[in-house]
Amino acid sequence: MELNKEFIGKEYEPFEIEVEKGRIAQFARSIGEENPIYFDAEAAKKAGFRGIPVPLTFAYTITMDAGQSFNVLEDMGIEKTNAVHGEQGFTYHNEICAGDKITGSQKIVDMYDKKNGALLFIVTGITLTNQDELHVADLHSVIVVRNKQQGRDG
Amino acid sequence: MANIVNYLELEIGELLPDLVKGPISRTQLALFAGASGDHNPIHLDEKEAKAGGLPGVIVHGMLMMAILGQMLTNWVSQSQIKAFSNRFAAMAVPGDVITCSGKVVAKREENGVRLVDLEIIAKNQNGDAMLKGVATVEL
Repeated sequence: MELNKEFIGKEYEPFEIEVEKGRIAQFARSIGEENPIYFDAEAAKKAGFRGIPVPLTFAYTITMDAGQSFNVLEDMGIEKTNAVHGEQGFTYHNEICAGDKITGSQKIVDMYDKKNGALLFIVTGITLTNQDELHVADLHSVIVVRNKQQGRDG
Repeated sequence: MANIVNYLELEIGELLPDLVKGPISRTQLALFAGASGDHNPIHLDEKEAKAGGLPGVIVHGMLMMAILGQMLTNWVSQSQIKAFSNRFAAMAVPGDVITCSGKVVAKREENGVRLVDLEIIAKNQNGDAMLKGVATVEL
């Protein structure tokens, strides 16, 4: 597989996801989180949040729900099982809370290869905004693809 | 619950309290797949994982990152965390016990805001680094 650098700069269709309280609780439970701010609105308000906040990495799940992880792989014709997550970054500007309607769009920031093309790197960025047009968070992801064919050939 | 961390008293090189989690079970991977929306079969299906060139199912990188994030939110309130990123340095497998640790590497003031930069890491029971990252916290 060759890297098609024409994808650099490509922007995907904007998406909108409503953040559900039950989903936050389910996510928090699955990571072994017990802090009541993720389960109970009163506890969240006492801790200074305007509602039940999402855990630190939940913004990635918002983008997963919007199909914004595998869509890039599908777009490029890459098998999911050949791809792994190389890096992930979050920049936080404002809280995301239960009930928020989050909009975002994904852009392919960069693509490059290493080890004579045996590893391909796809760098994407997503900006998230809430229903009040407040910029809430930015995501930065690096996906690493094992280019098996290239590996076999040398 | 997060403690009150004082900017002036905090010293470069100071360590955050470790967070130890695990052993990570296959059940937790299934729960996290459902909760996070990441149903990639490399985390759930031994055959599919092997077909993809892996030794077997691997722990979701984002589950590991969520655990590393809990070390941060055990230290300060989540609203004080301004940036959090990591590299997925090695793959964790079911049965691994994860130890997260962090260290203060810089203190700085920007426009009257007091910021602390941290180096953070998650290791398995053999001491191998699984995640290596950085975070910025406002104090």
